[in-house]
Amino acid sequence: MIEIKNLKKSFDELQVLKGIDLTVNNGEVLSVIGSSGSGKSTLLYCINALEPIDSGSILVDGIGVHDKSTDVNKLRQKIGMVFQQFNMFPHLTAQENVALAPRKVKKMSKKDAMDLAARQLEHVGLGQKLNSYPSALSGGQQQRVAIARALAMEPSYMLFDEVTSALDPELVGEVEDTMRMLAKEGMTMILVTHEINFARDVSDRIAFFHEGRMEEINSPDQLINHPTSEHTVKFLSNVR
Amino acid sequence: MAIDVFSELQPKDLLFLGEAALRTLEISLTAIGIGSAFGVVFGWMMSEGNRFVTFIINAILDIFRSVPLIIQLILFDSFISIAGYPLPAFVSGTIVLSVYTAALVANVARGGVEAVPASLRKASRSLGLSYWQDLRYIVWPVGLRAVFPSWIGVALSVVKDSALVSVIGYVELLKASQILITRTQDTFVILTIAGLFYFALSYPISKASDYIERRWNQ
Amino acid sequence: MDYEFLWRPVFQAFPQLLKASLVTIEVSIISMVIGLAAGLLLFFARSSGVWIARFFASVWIEVARNTPALFQLFFFKFGLGAIGIIIDSYITVVMALAFNTAGYMAETFRGGFKAIPGSQLNSARSLGMTFVQAQCYVVIPQVLRAVWHPMTNQFIWVMLLTSLGMLVGLRELSGETQFLYSKTFRAFEFFAATAIIYYCIAKLMLLLFRLIAWRLFRGQ
Repeated sequence: MIEIKNLKKSFDELQVLKGIDLTVNNGEVLSVIGSSGSGKSTLLYCINALEPIDSGSILVDGIGVHDKSTDVNKLRQKIGMVFQQFNMFPHLTAQENVALAPRKVKKMSKKDAMDLAARQLEHVGLGQKLNSYPSALSGGQQQRVAIARALAMEPSYMLFDEVTSALDPELVGEVEDTMRMLAKEGMTMILVTHEINFARDVSDRIAFFHEGRMEEINSPDQLINHPTSEHTVKFLSNVR
Repeated sequence: MAIDVFSELQPKDLLFLGEAALRTLEISLTAIGIGSAFGVVFGWMMSEGNRFVTFIINAILDIFRSVPLIIQLILFDSFISIAGYPLPAFVSGTIVLSVYTAALVANVARGGVEAVPASLRKASRSLGLSYWQDLRYIVWPVGLRAVFPSWIGVALSVVKDSALVSVIGYVELLKASQILITRTQDTFVILTIAGLFYFALSYPISKASDYIERRWNQ
Repeated sequence: MDYEFLWRPVFQAFPQLLKASLVTIEVSIISMVIGLAAGLLLFFARSSGVWIARFFASVWIEVARNTPALFQLFFFKFGLGAIGIIIDSYITVVMALAFNTAGYMAETFRGGFKAIPGSQLNSARSLGMTFVQAQCYVVIPQVLRAVWHPMTNQFIWVMLLTSLGMLVGLRELSGETQFLYSKTFRAFEFFAATAIIYYCIAKLMLLLFRLIAWRLFRGQ
């Protein structure tokens, strides 16, 4: 379970998260929508301790992410994250990309890590691309490798930060299918996205962020068809 | 000029250093001018010519980038003296330094021409510009912008490398300092003056070039 | 032109020239290795928060890049000599070339680290790697690739610069050539042979670096 209580976060003068309260249960898929600058990506960075917070707390399985006593490197193994930019390590093959963290962080033997990597790549449909370098893969394939790379650490939670927004339109589908598959398998997921239709299909709940606040959170049907906040109404009419 | 053995540094010695500094400037600016002109032509030929032309020019210029300048100077100097046409040190120094500069500038110029997107050149030709007009009004300004900082880098390195012309008897700044050091033993003062001259010339220009590069890249 | 080229003395002295070439290669490698290490330290010092380290590194880098290598060599020779430190010409040349290389490589490293997007570090950290692990396995291999080409050029540049050794009495390839020609007065022939040897060394070094790069970076 991820519990966020009264989370506040500023960059210099600008407050980007103005007190967020949110709980994500195990097995749940939560989508976060909202215009750019609404703080939704920052929320994911804070959950993964890639950004410090000003006040409030984030508990993952009861452990405070930003507590001084917490070993963030250990905690991050529980929380996989995939980014908007293609972040494959360009000097390693697909299989080596996936095997690197299991080897170095979990101290697996090289053989075990490579086997695990092969299985994970198979899982996301890239069993044929084990020895390909990123330069030889499409953006969609690179993002699927990034998903496999995060899954190889056997996380309990997955965070997706606009993973399809840098992709060519024809490549969006394959990455979304991979995320659908994970959702079906029962992975707990938070995804920040611009694709409203995808969010409706895959999510248990959708949260709408506006200027650092969570304006509304509800089931996909309720939020999209019967929004209560005027900002949500305006946002939805703009994206359609 | 009479040189006393082991005497103090005198005012006229500063004049001697100043003249030598001017000679450094004179020979390096001449070489940069001549070398850049030839270098741009070679660079243009390499980027627009066929593979054979490119290969030949590149192979020849590569020799001047793969043999120490000091050896090139000695070799040229001894060649013209055995050929029976000894030249003043300034002239033979300028020739060698110019060829060396041309070899460096050719690569820079080639990069400049190739930095101009093919689509841009097609667009300019489609407007009815001739090949030479395209070269003059599109390739030159766009390419120059792309490689101007590299050209400044080459020019500054030629100023610094001109110190080597002393081996064929041209008394430029560093040679003059060495002469004075041997006589006066005022090592630090003289070396500092010489070093400051190069530094004061090179540092502001390289910083300005960095600044321009950053402005253009924004 | 009534000059008769005489190549026999050059052929006779060829073993000595080759032996001196080994000195040239040795001096290049030692200067380059020291210069690379010092250059990396200078880069870290210049980006550190300690102002005295930043100042020291900046002075070193700017002097190395904005004065002639020959000036730097004279400084190590005459400058240290003037305060009573007489060092062997071999060490003088190594010190000057390492000083010069460090300045240029510090700037090269700066560019190399800047070329790696911060998102690479983030994604490595998000997998649970420590800062040091992320640097070692993700960032530095990419920096190495980014600086490989300028580093190769610098290495060849250092090799060519070892010829300055002849001006401070080091018997590397140029110094040896000068010594041999002064006995026979066949300057052109000797220096022509030397020029060819330098060219070959430069091309061999380039080939070697390409081979290593091919092994290290293949597929990328």
